[in-house]
Amino acid sequence: MSNKELIRVEDLCKSFGKLQVLKNITESIHEGEVVSIIGPSGSGKSTFLRCLNLLERPTGGKVFFEGVDLADKKINVDKHRQKIGMVFQLFNVFPHLTVIENITLAPILEKKIPQAEAEKQACELLDRVGLLDKKNEYPTKLSGGQKQRLAIVRALAMEPDVILFDEPTSALDPEMVKEVLDVIKDLAVSGMTIVIVTHEMAFAREVSDRVLFMADGIIQEQGTPDYIFDQAKNPRTIEFLSKVL
Amino acid sequence: MFQTIIDLWIKYDYVYINGLLGTLILAAITVLVATIIGTIVAIMKLSKIKILDWITSLYIGILRGTPILLQLYFFWLLLPKIVPFELSDTACIIIALIVNASSYVAEVIRAGIQAVDKGQTEAAKSLGLSNYNTMRKIILPQAIKNILPALGNEYISMVKQTSLASVFFVQELMTAYKTVQSATFLAIPSLIIVGAIYLVVTTVLTKALTMFERRLNVNE
Repeated sequence: MSNKELIRVEDLCKSFGKLQVLKNITESIHEGEVVSIIGPSGSGKSTFLRCLNLLERPTGGKVFFEGVDLADKKINVDKHRQKIGMVFQLFNVFPHLTVIENITLAPILEKKIPQAEAEKQACELLDRVGLLDKKNEYPTKLSGGQKQRLAIVRALAMEPDVILFDEPTSALDPEMVKEVLDVIKDLAVSGMTIVIVTHEMAFAREVSDRVLFMADGIIQEQGTPDYIFDQAKNPRTIEFLSKVL
Repeated sequence: MFQTIIDLWIKYDYVYINGLLGTLILAAITVLVATIIGTIVAIMKLSKIKILDWITSLYIGILRGTPILLQLYFFWLLLPKIVPFELSDTACIIIALIVNASSYVAEVIRAGIQAVDKGQTEAAKSLGLSNYNTMRKIILPQAIKNILPALGNEYISMVKQTSLASVFFVQELMTAYKTVQSATFLAIPSLIIVGAIYLVVTTVLTKALTMFERRLNVNE
């Protein structure tokens, strides 16, 4: 892990109407780091993650990605989002496109990669996650786990510098959780920068370099997985972990 | 009665056929132009610019909230006064029909676009797709499946609504009925003939739309 700062948020605030969901969060994500975000529902984990690629526009503070303030209205946020992959809880694969079209769409349209080259790259990615034989199917024919693996390689096809995972296994049937976690684990091992909101505590402990515990719109406590899961000091962390472990 | 209908058709068939042509032309122009304007209105309504949303909401609200016959009178009386050139009754009525229909088309298209799961937009944005490409490649292809069946129904009601143009003696089927009726004093047989023609037109349209929808679903 290098020390290069990939994402930095400063004083990040987000309110929905009167409800303040994020309260002055300052935090950095470094290149090659795997960061898990855990915490009770409603704590602002997903909102925090969605602020990192500006799917939610912060109501206060700044989000820097590779030194560029994404909330700056003068920059083209679409260009920067190409380098920030995201995987969603409900997969959000494109139902009207075949598996391979799901993957090649963005590289062809936005990175102007020739179709043949994009398809070759897509096939390699599909092979990597065991979906090559499905490349001409429509997503309706896929299981939940397959859809999520497709969503992951769709994000990878843009060759992002970081991937954000928003509870990627929460909507899956239990027997499909492992196949998706295995793909994420491979990514983590390959050195990809990852920020993942998850309820899979064993997984967070195994793959993370750092675990953030969020509650009430702030990062209550953070540290190495061993620290958070064994030696947490904050009573909120201890209470939460006693309920889920 | 049956014999009267046959006799009436034989004697006045050209009146009814001209009426049918008038109806088809009115309907075709209305459908075509209203679809274009309606699409623009829908996109304006969905834009993030508040003032556009406000104006289009007012436009749609007024047109859907007042009777179409009132609107026909309004355009028929107002337009000749405010345009600097000669405008026929038919032109005024066509414009009124288009404006009215465009509000319904706009709502159908807006609803169809909004019915596409928000996650689709988010996924597209997260991949770095521009707004334009997100709309063109992700949202519209999915919205079209929601839009077409509802739009087909709108088209069929537009065909029927052209009958209101008879109030202003614009050449179309109901006007044909009136023409024959006033020449022969045979109201009910003439109505039956016109009704049958409408029924044929709307049935053919319905069948065509159903076939089109089915073909669209096969491609998935």
